[in-house]
Amino acid sequence: MSIEVRNISKTFSGFAALTDVSLVVPDGELVALLGPSGSGKTTLLRIIAGLEEPDPGPDGRILFNDEDVAGRGVGQRQVGFVFQHYALFRHMSVFENIAFGLRVRPRGSRPSKAAIDAKVRELLQLIQLDNVGNRFPSQLSGGQRQRVALARALAIEPRVLLLDEPFGALDARVRQDLRQWLRRLHDEIHVTSVFVTHDQEEALEVADRVVVMNEGRIEQNGTPEEVFHHPATEFVMQFLGHVNLFRGRIEADHAVFGPWALQNTDPAKDGQEARMFVRPYDLDINTTEDGRPAVTATVTRIQAAGPTAKFELLDENSQPIRVEMPHDRFRAMNVAKGDRVFVSLKDARVYVEDYVI
Amino acid sequence: MGSSFKQHSVIPGFGMTLGFTVFYLSLLVLIPLSALFLKTATMGWGAFWTTVTDPRVVASYKLTFGAALAGATINAVFGFVVAWTLVRYSFPGKGLIDAMVDLPFALPTAVSGIALTAIYSRNGWVGQWLEPLGIHVAFTPLGVGVALTFIGLPFVVRTLQPAIADLDPEYEEAAASLGAGRVQVFLRVICPGLLPALLTGFALAFARALGEYGSVVFISGNMPMRTEITPLLIISKLEQYDYAGATAIAVVMLLASFTILLGINTLQWRHVRRIHGRG
Amino acid sequence: MAGTVRLRVSPTKAPQAVRDPAWVRVLLIAITLLFLGLFLLLPLVSVFYEALRGGVRLYFASLINADAMTAVRLTLLTAGIAVPCNLVFGLAAAWALAKFEFRGKGTLITLIDLPFAVSPVVSGLVFVLLFGAGGWFGPWLTANNLHIIFAVPGVVLATMFVTFPFVARELIPLMQEQGSEEEQAALVLGAGGWKTFWHVTLPNIKWALLYGVILCNARAMGEFGAVSVVSGHIRGRTNTMPLHVEILYNEYNFQAAFAVASLLALLALVTLAAKTLVEWRVRANMGQDESAETPTPPGGGMTL
Repeated sequence: MSIEVRNISKTFSGFAALTDVSLVVPDGELVALLGPSGSGKTTLLRIIAGLEEPDPGPDGRILFNDEDVAGRGVGQRQVGFVFQHYALFRHMSVFENIAFGLRVRPRGSRPSKAAIDAKVRELLQLIQLDNVGNRFPSQLSGGQRQRVALARALAIEPRVLLLDEPFGALDARVRQDLRQWLRRLHDEIHVTSVFVTHDQEEALEVADRVVVMNEGRIEQNGTPEEVFHHPATEFVMQFLGHVNLFRGRIEADHAVFGPWALQNTDPAKDGQEARMFVRPYDLDINTTEDGRPAVTATVTRIQAAGPTAKFELLDENSQPIRVEMPHDRFRAMNVAKGDRVFVSLKDARVYVEDYVI
Repeated sequence: MGSSFKQHSVIPGFGMTLGFTVFYLSLLVLIPLSALFLKTATMGWGAFWTTVTDPRVVASYKLTFGAALAGATINAVFGFVVAWTLVRYSFPGKGLIDAMVDLPFALPTAVSGIALTAIYSRNGWVGQWLEPLGIHVAFTPLGVGVALTFIGLPFVVRTLQPAIADLDPEYEEAAASLGAGRVQVFLRVICPGLLPALLTGFALAFARALGEYGSVVFISGNMPMRTEITPLLIISKLEQYDYAGATAIAVVMLLASFTILLGINTLQWRHVRRIHGRG
Repeated sequence: MAGTVRLRVSPTKAPQAVRDPAWVRVLLIAITLLFLGLFLLLPLVSVFYEALRGGVRLYFASLINADAMTAVRLTLLTAGIAVPCNLVFGLAAAWALAKFEFRGKGTLITLIDLPFAVSPVVSGLVFVLLFGAGGWFGPWLTANNLHIIFAVPGVVLATMFVTFPFVARELIPLMQEQGSEEEQAALVLGAGGWKTFWHVTLPNIKWALLYGVILCNARAMGEFGAVSVVSGHIRGRTNTMPLHVEILYNEYNFQAAFAVASLLALLALVTLAAKTLVEWRVRANMGQDESAETPTPPGGGMTL
């Protein structure tokens, strides 16, 4: 089942949570809605589920497999929704929680008791919690509750699965395990899924596609690789990982940032201000000048625990610069705190108004 | 959309439940209460003022107000001790005693009234010991105070208990580690922390006492100018079919309790604001 | 005015590091016992003592008396009408106020508390002003031979007024705290409005509901001031139990007055026991549920 959102806006008492958002989720994909809090990602998810109503507009549409579901209530859309805090029915056992969606069906379409039992057992097996059916939600760990919430959503055989910050309330270890488990589960059952997260690592690791949102708009929609290596906007660049910002301007066919000059493809922008974003690992440090254009800076801190060595530098204008490099190179170089170093450029993205070099 | 009356929600039943709530509230509470004010409005200011400043009425204000204040004060002092004991110490029978604190809520006021009268009358269980000392309780203003202490008791205790339970011992430990003695800790750390709850409990007990009728009429003796409380005056005006007079006094009482409630709300609002550092 | 006590759960462990000295503890416990003994226990015991003073036979004789039985019946009838009405109201009000955001919500909550701020006598008075002989609807009622004041409907109305907020007061804060996520989950899973209410909401609020009903019932059966104003004290017709106690007492029939009062005192004890059981039950439920950590607001344990 594919999901299509067309020209959807949503305003909460004067505050624009979503502004003219359009999005297509292809059938069977696992898509992450990624953004800071207040970016509208949860609102979009809840609108897809039917838990919120979009502002009335002439072109606003929510389509499931090209069928408009606007007229359908939340109970008729056949979506599985996993709430951020799970919203497990606290007075029902795990078994009853999972069976709920089947038991409340109208008599005509309700499966037999035996069929419900079998279905619940199957789901308990799927979430690897076969022996906790009689427990109550309060007796489960966070990760177990999360999985029960997922099983409950899957019990109604949803056409789409929507998850609101599915790992938000868990601690780091459990989070990591559940992430991989969710990815495997999706590969197994292949139901079109959308999950909301503010954690870029989570989005990049789990999803087939990442939709980056900011201030009620979609900034970029692409594969994890696309959004990370080819960010469409400054926001995406800044939101996905650490980044250094340098200010400069366009001079004829070059964008000039101190000692660095980059080829400019649009001479019409001559004289305009430009901003350059550089990932810490796209900067290089040398203790001596090697002919490449370089900014001189002083090392203020070295943090060598972790997969890479991280440097914090201050340039001559006291602007901080972050640099990362592999450990072998760091050991070979022999720099210490307080040393003067030369920073050169390996790769960068330059933004001039609405256009990217 | 910003001007809409209600935010969208998928939960059903808003119209039905709100409609019923407003309907029932209006029918049972708002319309009857507004009758009170409309009736007063037909009276004219002069007549209203004469009624509510009649010496007998003023005497009843003094008694009601004074006895309620005395009762609330006694409850503030002893209620504090009771609440402290029930939260901080453990002793046999504590659960039972804790449950008993609500007795004045649960016991019908008429029953409390006749029971207190029986105890404090000349040959009652307590009265017989006080009589030789020249202390008369039943049928005196003192008796009114006793009854109002009885009915106000749970307010102070029940307001203070959660506040004491919420007092983080860390503050006391911190103060102790900084060299404060137990008395200093109590006066400088514990008391300020509990003051809002204590004041709220005091005000609730006071407000309840102002309007109390059942537990007082039996023990007070109802002598005009001496032991006649304001609610009783309303009843005697009604018995003389002086609806306007009864209404005027009722309005004064209502305004008094609304003022106190407003004070309590302001107090709690300010307290919450200070604790959470808002505004 | 009456008090309601919100379901409260408070830890009772004494912090070890900052314990009061032994003599202080003993002194304070002694004061507590003495004060509560004098003000609570003594009145309660005296009711039963006075009731049984003339012997068990006389005690039962004064209860089996026809007027006393009528009073018992009227009290049960009054509570039987007032409690269900206010129960339905409490559920509706709590649903509207806790599950939705709308303008004027704060004002509505304040208005619901209003009857607690009104003296019982004034609560009775307002109905006399409306339905009494000289009241707004008085002439019309007389013309149609309908009686509200000095009749059973007045007693029921006044009781409904004074017990109006009890159930709503218990439910509103609890349901606000619980939010509506579970209801949303039920709706997404395909449950309709009523099914959601019965299977999801009601089980979550059942203890608070019971608590509210217990307090509401106690007040409905025990109300004196408001009922006293509207009933007209017609023996065997409009007398509730508390009013019957008053009449007997004023006739110097103390023994009978205390006999009827002892029934009401028993009701109070049952109320306290039921209330305590519910509190224990809730505390036990919360013990295994981490949502128990929600702190009680300072001074918020009670309303008038």
